[in-house]
Amino acid sequence: MNRLMICIECPQGCRLSVETGGSRVISVTGQECECGENYARQEIENPVRTLTASVLTGSPALKMLPVRTSAPIPKEKIFPAMEEIKKIKVPFPVETGDAVVKNFMGLGVDLLATRKSGRSFP
Amino acid sequence: MTERELVIVGGGPAGLAAALAAGEAGVKDILLIERDQHLGGILNQCIHTGFGLHRFKAELTGPEYADRFVKTVEKAPEIEVSLRSFAVKLTGDRVITYLKPGAMEEVKARAVILATGCRERTREMIPICGSRPAGVYPAGLAQKMINLEGWIPGKEAVIVGSGDIGLIMARRMTLEGMKVKAVIEIQKTTRGLTRNVVQCLEDYGIPLHLRHKILKITGRDRVEKVEVVRVDDNFAGIPRSGFEIRCDTVLISVGLIPENELLEMAGAQIDPKTNGPLSARVNFTSIPGIFVCGNAFRVYDLADNVSLDSESAGRSAAEYLGKGSADRGNLS
Amino acid sequence: METCDVLIVGAGVTGAAIARELSRYKLKIFLLEKEVEAAFGVSKSNSGIIHAGTQNPPSSLKGRLCVEGNRLIREELSKDLGLTFVQCGQLIVIFDLKDLPALEKIKKEGGELGVKGLEIVDRAWLDAREPNLGPEVKAALYAPTAGIVSPYRFVYALVENAAANGVELKTSHKVTAIRRVDEGGARFEVEAGGETYRTRFLVNAAGLFADEISALAGAPSFKITPRKGEEYLLDKKRGHLVNHIIFPLPSENSKGILIIKTSDGNPMIGPTAHETGDKADLSTTDEGLAEALAGARRMMPSISRGDIIAYFAGLRPACGRDFVIRREDAAPGLITAAGIQSPGLTAAPAIAVMAADILKTHGLGLEPKKEFHRLRPRPAHLFQIPPEETKRLIAKNPAYGDIVCRCEMVSAVEIRDAIKRGARTLDGVKFRTRAQSGRCHGGFCTTRIIKIMREELGLPVTEITKRGPGSELIKGERI
Repeated sequence: MNRLMICIECPQGCRLSVETGGSRVISVTGQECECGENYARQEIENPVRTLTASVLTGSPALKMLPVRTSAPIPKEKIFPAMEEIKKIKVPFPVETGDAVVKNFMGLGVDLLATRKSGRSFP
Repeated sequence: MTERELVIVGGGPAGLAAALAAGEAGVKDILLIERDQHLGGILNQCIHTGFGLHRFKAELTGPEYADRFVKTVEKAPEIEVSLRSFAVKLTGDRVITYLKPGAMEEVKARAVILATGCRERTREMIPICGSRPAGVYPAGLAQKMINLEGWIPGKEAVIVGSGDIGLIMARRMTLEGMKVKAVIEIQKTTRGLTRNVVQCLEDYGIPLHLRHKILKITGRDRVEKVEVVRVDDNFAGIPRSGFEIRCDTVLISVGLIPENELLEMAGAQIDPKTNGPLSARVNFTSIPGIFVCGNAFRVYDLADNVSLDSESAGRSAAEYLGKGSADRGNLS
Repeated sequence: METCDVLIVGAGVTGAAIARELSRYKLKIFLLEKEVEAAFGVSKSNSGIIHAGTQNPPSSLKGRLCVEGNRLIREELSKDLGLTFVQCGQLIVIFDLKDLPALEKIKKEGGELGVKGLEIVDRAWLDAREPNLGPEVKAALYAPTAGIVSPYRFVYALVENAAANGVELKTSHKVTAIRRVDEGGARFEVEAGGETYRTRFLVNAAGLFADEISALAGAPSFKITPRKGEEYLLDKKRGHLVNHIIFPLPSENSKGILIIKTSDGNPMIGPTAHETGDKADLSTTDEGLAEALAGARRMMPSISRGDIIAYFAGLRPACGRDFVIRREDAAPGLITAAGIQSPGLTAAPAIAVMAADILKTHGLGLEPKKEFHRLRPRPAHLFQIPPEETKRLIAKNPAYGDIVCRCEMVSAVEIRDAIKRGARTLDGVKFRTRAQSGRCHGGFCTTRIIKIMREELGLPVTEITKRGPGSELIKGERI
């Protein structure tokens, strides 16, 4: 079966033509870099997304701390992950890149701060 | 009045990159004024990924992208940063007046770079008729509310325009528990990046109505519904194609306009169509020694390109100040 | 239970002016407003024109009170209340010299009413003073006493000054019942906002709802017919287009589409005039926009749709052709000030004097207070003052240097001051300070203003509204 999809790995947005057999990818055409083929395989076999959101700090200097998953997580875990994220509070100082939660929800990824909490120029 | 070699207005991606590039090109006395209490500008509210693929070969979020520049700026001895500082006036001979808590300062600069970014086009500019209830927000404002303040603006939203901020916000509101009922786009194609249509709308089953427009917003106190209609090639509504969507929130994401009010005040020529400076060369203006970079010069779709453009402005300013253009180190 | 001498229903310009006028005397006065803030009814959508007093029939209340109101605002109130009153003058233009007799008639009638300085001017005069008028314009009637104020800031000034002189403003007090009583001099018992008020005199300045108040009080003697007007505000950058308030020759029903330069410097075009049965219909329409543009462009062709940065609709509380200002014999003690449509904003101070006279004739003793605070200090606005003054303010209070609204240059002090003066909503802050009324329409400053309001009012953000209950801005907060 032939599936058309758009690669979302970068802003280029290549239009891919993917030949599949069952849930397997046979061939991919249309990509301008190797990301396209990887994306197509991943998307068909086990679609994943990087989740970004923000969590409470409890500090008035920076109310919400932005966070991301250190690697993409399965798509079906996005909403359960958001439910967890809404409960998190990070009352301690963090630097950009620090893990706010290690092995987030047992998914094998960390939840990382993407900003220094309370960052302001001295 | 103090004197400075180079004053840069705006501490977002453009101002940061311009300051670093000017410093690397040999400018030793740089004042960077930023109205917010943090550097980074709008990047701080862009918590999604998609930044830095070109520049850093990594998919960063907005704050992470800003952080790489901010860290370098903080270490650069030639750059002085003044936060919570709001430029109110610029003259043709490069005197900048700015206010900050407790002071009004005047600086005479040998060169000025305006890195003032852009603002969102509003509902009033389209214009959409109907009532004017609470719940109609520029998409960027909703982004700021949700990402920086943790405020959820409503329960059910319709987004007007398929610009990237609107698409990103469709996903963001969905993740925060709002129901995004539709994105309405008057053009035949989306204005945003295709990847955002896929990962922000298709992933969540949010309908995109191309070649449609909002006829009217209804609601006395808070938005109650919008009337949507299909349009013909002249963007006129097609009779009997209309339908209503009940919602309490309308986000407007219909494009950005360069902010050049300071430049205009200084007497430089502005293109009335784009609100960008009229000039023969990129980053130059009709006034020697006043440069414009980033989204204030032209609205870019990627922050990476804002950085590139602004570095070139930093070097142009250095050149204007008689500095050699050696040492063109890159940031990464 | 509260008791008072005079209870005024409606804190629009009419009720506020009456309250301020009566506050000169030793009286206990309540001013009730159903909305969450003063000026939130008809007054907030007014154009702000202080009419010279032409275009009204000489024998009408409108005619007499407009000229007198204009004089009071120009000569007294603008200074006493710290208003920004710009005396820009008005022009009534004609497109055909055949209409000169009509202008002459307006001039003659205006002269009889006491309008000063009226002059018919030719094209050369206009070219020198209003160079952007279109080629169709042939001549005009010039009235130098006309001017412009900010309508809501006018009301706020009146209310603040009345309050400084002892009037109690009660907002969110919708009148739900009025009973006739005869106890200890009180003649009315009024239920509003969950409280009961007993009063000797009841003044009905309830704007669009004056007919309903009158009926509640037992005098169903008139009906208000709302007439909608849409107005379109142009970019301040186009402020140079126009120097006067420009009218076409009036028609039977309306003064026509005008070009106005608002007191804040933006040109404005409108208003349209269409009857509507709905007292809540504040929607703008494509047709209204087209009508305003066509009307304005005939006088000034260089105005374009792209200049428009904001728009709104208002409702005129029409009741026949003239104002209705009288005592109601069916309900002794009830004074009506209704049907106050254009030129009501101008006439308001004169209407107030007339209302005080009616009250006096009917037995209200007007004994002047020993100390009447005539002056109301003008609030400081950075956008109105020169840099040296800004510097002085910052030296006095550092937070004047903390800019919240960048388009209109509004500091944190001004936002807090507006709230201290009675702003309870985002719109109330906007009307007082201009914050959010610039190019970005609040895109950058709204969150900061909400945070300041949360602090000053002690409310959760989910209870902060745009213009009162139902217009909450935020539906949930992560805390």
